[in-house]
Amino acid sequence: MSPITPNNEIDRYAALLDEARRIKGVSLAKDAWRRLQRNYVAMGALVYLILLILAAIFTPLLPLQSPIEQHLQPAETDKKGNPALHGQFLPPRAVAVELGLDDADRTRPVYDDGQEGDSPFEIRLQKLFAGLGWFDRMLVETRLAVFGDWCIPSICGTDNLGRDVLARLFWGARISLMVGFVATLVSLVIGVSYGATAGYLGGHIDNIMMRIVDILYSIPFIFVVIFIITILDEESIRGWLDARGIDRIVVFYLVIGAIYWLTMARVVRGQVISLKNEQFIEAARTVGASSRRIIFRHLVPNVLSVVIVYLTLTIPSVMLFEAFLSFLGLGVTPPDISWGVLAQEGIRVISPVKIYWWLIVFPGLALALTLFALNFLGDGLRDALDPRMKNR
Amino acid sequence: MIFLLKRLGWMLLTLWIVFTVSFFLMRSVPGGPFQREKSLPEDVKRNIERRYHFDEPLYKQYARQLWHTVQFDLGPSFKLQDYTVNEIIAQGFPVSASLGVLAMTFALVLGLTAGVVSALWPRGFLDVSFMTMATLGIAVPNFVLAGLSIIVFVFLLQWFPAAGWGELRQTILPALCLGAPFAAYIARLSRTGMLDVLGQDYIRTAYAKGLGSRRVILRHALGGAILPVVSYLGPAIAGILTGSLVLEQIFALPGMGSHFIEAATQRDYTVAMGMVLVYTSLVYVMNMLVDISYSVIDPRVELK
Repeated sequence: MSPITPNNEIDRYAALLDEARRIKGVSLAKDAWRRLQRNYVAMGALVYLILLILAAIFTPLLPLQSPIEQHLQPAETDKKGNPALHGQFLPPRAVAVELGLDDADRTRPVYDDGQEGDSPFEIRLQKLFAGLGWFDRMLVETRLAVFGDWCIPSICGTDNLGRDVLARLFWGARISLMVGFVATLVSLVIGVSYGATAGYLGGHIDNIMMRIVDILYSIPFIFVVIFIITILDEESIRGWLDARGIDRIVVFYLVIGAIYWLTMARVVRGQVISLKNEQFIEAARTVGASSRRIIFRHLVPNVLSVVIVYLTLTIPSVMLFEAFLSFLGLGVTPPDISWGVLAQEGIRVISPVKIYWWLIVFPGLALALTLFALNFLGDGLRDALDPRMKNR
Repeated sequence: MIFLLKRLGWMLLTLWIVFTVSFFLMRSVPGGPFQREKSLPEDVKRNIERRYHFDEPLYKQYARQLWHTVQFDLGPSFKLQDYTVNEIIAQGFPVSASLGVLAMTFALVLGLTAGVVSALWPRGFLDVSFMTMATLGIAVPNFVLAGLSIIVFVFLLQWFPAAGWGELRQTILPALCLGAPFAAYIARLSRTGMLDVLGQDYIRTAYAKGLGSRRVILRHALGGAILPVVSYLGPAIAGILTGSLVLEQIFALPGMGSHFIEAATQRDYTVAMGMVLVYTSLVYVMNMLVDISYSVIDPRVELK
């Protein structure tokens, strides 16, 4: 029997420490990421979504045709030798198209009265891409430097006004995705603060707040939203909103976001209530963790995983709702483009005379693929963030 | 009984909230129906406004309209001549209702069959093809589906007429397109439910006491397997109402959805508001029926 000497004691602790050092702590995020990586479908969806978002942000950089200019297609003659229409309803094809922007004169003409006008380059640019911000303009300039006048041919065909469907799909992705993300963000802010408040306060207030959610749940919101959008569209109200810099799309974000927060509020409230009484919170308090540490190390990550999962599942339903309203002519309206608007334009020109399948198939495909990807990613995240799966 | 009364109470409360919000939204829009008539002399205009009580304080107008609405009188249309809101709804409702019922039947029959068949031979050829179709059906928006099926079935194959209302043949395509996403969802739900149930002890007991597999599946398993489907029916009905907005537009059906969209785009506020009230009560009643049927199928569930 060896006597416990101070030296011995130190050795023992050193060994313990050494062992502890060898076991690596795995954070929830790292663990979840590892599990997500093994889910090939979800990873595929994630890669697709990242590419789509990048493509949407950098759309002006891509060598696409103009989404609005109607006379880009090379002039053609029909069988009788008459000049054909300006490339309307062309099926997918691979004929080269030029922007006619690279060689345009950039010097500004000076009129007799000494005032400067817009240069031919500027006029052409406005015709091809109206209303560019400084960022988009910079991208267009870069694109001109890299690709020159060359454009991707109309591999998705052209629409009833001769505009390139592929370019419109990419420009439409910007608005569709933007509506999806921003409206979801609005719903996130409302839902999380409402749910967390109700769950945290508990008692009567919680009861009343959740009753209100119940009532709102049973209202078929799409009809109410259509009603509200109609009223907000009345000229005088329109003018009032415009004067304050709130345009139609912003109203749209707010209205959609304001109705999609209900489930989020319920989920967050449930999570907060169950966490409040969890043992590990008590344990953390017992070992003397500060409430800041408890909130940020224990509460937020646990609520966050649920919120992230629900977020990825809300975005597709919001995007679908946007497409739906735009389809009915109550959401995004031309000249703005979204995928819903494109699908609507495709279905409007259906006729028995000639079948313009590409006007429906490509917008539909873009929508369906994106909704697919978001749903798969949401499912994958739900599995990956499940704490019961930890270290497996 | 108490359950019904309670639900009815909540429904009335909800309807009242919807009514109040829409009433004040409507009145916050400047320009009533008579203010567009610029040619009207001032006195005539005042007389008309008095006739329709536009000169009264807002709370009186509110009370009056609430009283009318309680009596199911939704007032005249703002835009369509000679029509009251009630007449418009009465005209559109049968069309929408038959479309919805047909779509729901399609969704249930197709979805349940596909789901149960898939669950009986999991990972078989039928299972894989049904579930691939179901995944597709959930992601493709119904207006895209409608557009494609018009191209394929109406113009290429010429099986169905393009639009219109009256014959059964004209109803089938819109109802199929409307029901498809829900059929897909029901197929997935019933497959999962069926697989769950088939693994349970009482199914093994049923087999062990010598029952044939058809009897086990139809009598014992199916009841348990459709529970998740029944609880999905509530959202499905709301979804079908929403979907019919778009499909009635595409197929030019004279249903409530078409009238509602027209009212919304034409700013026909009374019609739009009446429709919102009708839709709300419809969804409420349907949900109530679903809850009741749920408790009939599953005796463990108690109505509260």
